[in-house]
Parts: sequence; structure tokens; C-alpha cells
Amino acid sequence: MTMVVPRHRAFVFGNDIDTDALAPGQYMGGGIEALAAHCLEAVDPDFASSVQPGDIVVAGKNFGMGSSREQAAQALRHLGVGAVVARSFAGIFYRNAINLGLPVFIATGDTSMLRPGDAVEIDIDGAALLTQTGRIALEPLPYFLLDMIADGGLVPHLEKRFAASASPKETAL
Amino acid sequence: MPQSLAQKIIARASGRSHVEVGDVVTARVDLAMIHDSGGPRRVEPILKRLGVGLYDKDKVVLVSDHYVPGDTEEGAAILQLTRRWAAEKGVTFYDGEGICHVVLPERGHLKPGMFVVGGDSHSPTGGAFGAYMFGIGATEMAGVLATGEIWIKVPETIRIEWSGTLGPRLMAKDMLLAMCGRLGMDGGRYQAIEYAGETVRGLGMQERMTLSNMAAELGAQAGLIAPDQTTMAWLAEHGATDLPDPAHWQPDLDAVPDELHRFDAETLVPQVAAPHSPANSAPVDEYEPTDIDVAYIGACTGAKYTDLKAAADILRGRTLAKGVELLVAPSSKRDQDRAADEGIMKVLEDAGAKVLPNACGICAGYGSARLGEDVTCISTTARNFRGRMGAKSSKVYLGSPYTVAASALAGRIVDPREVGA
Repeated sequence: MTMVVPRHRAFVFGNDIDTDALAPGQYMGGGIEALAAHCLEAVDPDFASSVQPGDIVVAGKNFGMGSSREQAAQALRHLGVGAVVARSFAGIFYRNAINLGLPVFIATGDTSMLRPGDAVEIDIDGAALLTQTGRIALEPLPYFLLDMIADGGLVPHLEKRFAASASPKETAL
Repeated sequence: MPQSLAQKIIARASGRSHVEVGDVVTARVDLAMIHDSGGPRRVEPILKRLGVGLYDKDKVVLVSDHYVPGDTEEGAAILQLTRRWAAEKGVTFYDGEGICHVVLPERGHLKPGMFVVGGDSHSPTGGAFGAYMFGIGATEMAGVLATGEIWIKVPETIRIEWSGTLGPRLMAKDMLLAMCGRLGMDGGRYQAIEYAGETVRGLGMQERMTLSNMAAELGAQAGLIAPDQTTMAWLAEHGATDLPDPAHWQPDLDAVPDELHRFDAETLVPQVAAPHSPANSAPVDEYEPTDIDVAYIGACTGAKYTDLKAAADILRGRTLAKGVELLVAPSSKRDQDRAADEGIMKVLEDAGAKVLPNACGICAGYGSARLGEDVTCISTTARNFRGRMGAKSSKVYLGSPYTVAASALAGRIVDPREVGA
């Protein structure tokens, strides 16, 4: 049994948080710094200025819907968000997040009692979101995706593989 | 085991005789499509870091469409970088020819049974040709360009059957908005959609492309339409070679979809999606009088030849309502040329339309025509998220080219069936 003490804060959002809210198009030219500063401002103007490294975004259904822009996941990672826990994710966002090393978890348990600012922590081994009052079950990620996240995302993951392989073209993902 | 079309394509691409829903497999990619925004400028630094080149330059197609026409210094620089990369790598490159989702099919690149990735969320468009095609981000694309492979979780299949014939002034866009309205934007939880039924078989390829494209709005990974004679005739006309036997790329008759939804084209009326989600779709006659400032006929789902023709059918011999701006950005140069040859572009311009470059334009949030504060727009594009096409205070309604053109005439959102022929 892993003992993890909740010590980060939950930032709680509703359903259908889209990629334009996560990475607004008009700041695309300003680089990830600028995008991150405006991340989610359409739904919570204080998010970017108040989120601390390790804090966890908790959301409803269909998180990350919209465009394929991976800056949506990158902005969250840039702000130091520790993980995103949602009832469901838009597929492209889900893939992008893992590729960029941002842990994303589908909540199979009920997250509706969580309030903004609640202390939370992810227990990866136990596939749960720990709160001060209990555990909320998460869908476990396949081992190779956890590996990729642990490596820091797809690029460092491939770097490791290519470095270990004499014939890079033969390397599987 | 009976197999869905998605399973058949993924099985072939992953070198297996069959796959089960939920299997995670590594698949070989037959073609990778990239564009100027998420393409060279994003993938090249990663390829450099990995110290590798392209897995196969003949399996990469590059299109410039997001920053076209490069009317800012930044846009011009991105286009220049894109052109240099294309020349250096020797990949097929369509520069300013139109939107990637329209250009690839019209050049015969997408064929039944192919497993294709695109660096854009509307990549399911390839499903109209019986290809398993889906959108991925730039980092994942760099991985594909380096290795030729990608992991995929075999999706469940949602079968959406349409019966009956579309009435006058109804289009694929109305069908799709009706599906968004009923099923919601997460109606597809990254499943594969299979569009089927007589209504779908009765659609031309560009209309089918709109259905497949907006599978993204239904939350699906792919939006497949099994190939038929319409598909094969289009491919032959558009220079596709080595055509497969369409019989190989049909779902098994006894394959049971994980979900089945039925829609009736006979009872369908023109649909409009209210701000700020395609899922806010309702029959056009349910809207209170809604004045508009801008009408936009553009994007991969709304300004193909078929769409331009539909708009012209409404606008012929008429002029815009006072104070309304009609912007038309034809989806591809070829479609614009054909429309010009047939007098369609002249009809649009005579009515008062301003014609913009063959590119994504304001649908993708780029270009100089972005919507100002408090502007209300009705648009043929695929999505109407808050602030996507301009100021956060702007409002975007979605409708078919018929509905958008009719609304441009009236100055408010109207049923295109009220405009006489």
C-alpha cells in the first residue's frame, strides 16, 4: 500500500474545457510563456497566476476538446500542473498530454464532491486520486504509457530508444 | 470474428490477421499529412534532436494553408521555413493550393484501406475515402516521421445510419449538426464512427468529406464511410493509382457495432448551432430573430466546390442585406477555379462577397479578417468555440452554405428554404 499524503491543490473545472481555452489562438505567436500565462483565463482568470507546481486539474467530461494544438497540454505542463484528472478526455488532447509527459487520468470514481483548493495527490501505483477524506479510483494507464510519461514524454522516450539502438529505423515506439 | 472497417484497416496496418476492440497495437503509417502551422517548424527541431531523418519521404505530404497568404512578418517567416524544409526533404508539397483536408483527396492521395495520420484535428476527413485517418499533435507527428509507426488503441465502432433522401436546401452540414445536437461533442469517446445508409450513399464525395471531417466534432477518432462506386469514380477522376478493390474494405455484415444511432433525412430541417459549441444545434426555425454582422463561407467543411455552388444558388441575382459582410474563402484553388469556370464565383462577387485566399483563414483563428468585438457571425465552418474566430465577445453560429448565404441576404439567421429559387 502506497502512502501518499495529499499536499497539492485541486483546480476544479466543468465539462468540455476546449483547446482554445487552454491555449488561446491569439497568443499562439507569443510562445509557450505567453500561452501559459493565458491558459484557461476564459473560464478562470486567476488560474495561471495562482496554480503551483504539482497542483492538479480536476475536470468533467471531454477535457481538451477541439483542435490538435499540443500547446494546450504544453501550457498546463509549463505551469507545473502535476496531473489532469477528468471524467473523460478528447482523444487528441489525451495523446498529446502523454506525448508531452503530462500525466492524464480518467476518473472512474466520483469527483463531484471535490472543491477548488481541496488538498489532493495522485497515487500512480494505486491508480487513485487521494483526497483528505478518501480515494477516488482512476483508470490505470498501460505500462508503456507510464514509461513514456516517466521519461518525460515521447521525445525523450525516443531519444532513449534511439540511443540504445544501433539501427534507429527498426525501433518501435 | 466479424470485424468492423476500423478493425480491418488497423489489423492490416499492424500486420495482424485481426484485432480486438481495446487492443493496443503499433501500426505502420501509410501516409503522414502535415501543414505549415504544426508541421516543419514544430517537427524539425525534434527530428534534429533525435538525429534522424524522415522514415520515408514518399509517404509525407505537406500543405501550406494556415498562415497563407503570409500577411504578417511571422506568417511569412513560417511559410518560408515550410518551403525550405519541403525542398530540403523532397516531400510532396502543395503551397497555397488550399486546405490540406481538401487538397489531399483532390490529388488522389487518400484511398480505401489506408492508415493515415494528419497533423490537424480535422484529419478524419480521410474517412470519406475509406481510409483510417486521424489527427495527432506535432510531437507525436515527429515520432511518426522518425519511425513510420504509431501506437493505437483499437476503437469501438459507432454506426450512424441515415435513411431517406435529403430535401431541398439541405446538406451534409445539416446532417452533422443534427448528429452533434443529439449525440453531443463527446458522443464519440474517441471511437470510430461508421456513417452508413442510403442518405450517405446518395452523397457526393465532397459532402461525405464534411461528414467525415466533423466526426472530430462528435468526439470520434475516425469517421469512416465504406468505399463504393462513388468513391472509386472520384479516385479515378482525381489521378489516384493502384486502386484497391473496394470489396476488401467493407465492414463484415455480421459485425455488431458497439453503438447504433439512426437518423431520418426525410424529417431533417436546416440546422444551426448557437454559440459556443456545435452541440448547441437546433432546427433553424427554433431561433428567435438573430441579426448578423458577418457571414463566412470558408474552411474545409464549408467552402468546397459543392458548398460554393450551394451558396451561389441562393445568392444568384440578389444582394446582401445592408451592413452585412460576406467573406468567402474557397477551400482550394482547384475548387475556386472550377467555380470560376462555371460562373459561380461571379455570382458570389456580384452579390457582394469578398473573396479571401484559399486557406484556413479565420476558422483557424488566423489572418486579418478575424471577428471584432461583439460581432455576430454565421459561418459554414466546423466549430464555434468562444474566441476562436476573433474577439471573445464575438458570437459564431454554424450553418450550411445555404443557410449562411440566405442569412447574409436577410441580415439575420433564416431558413434557406424561405429564399425562392
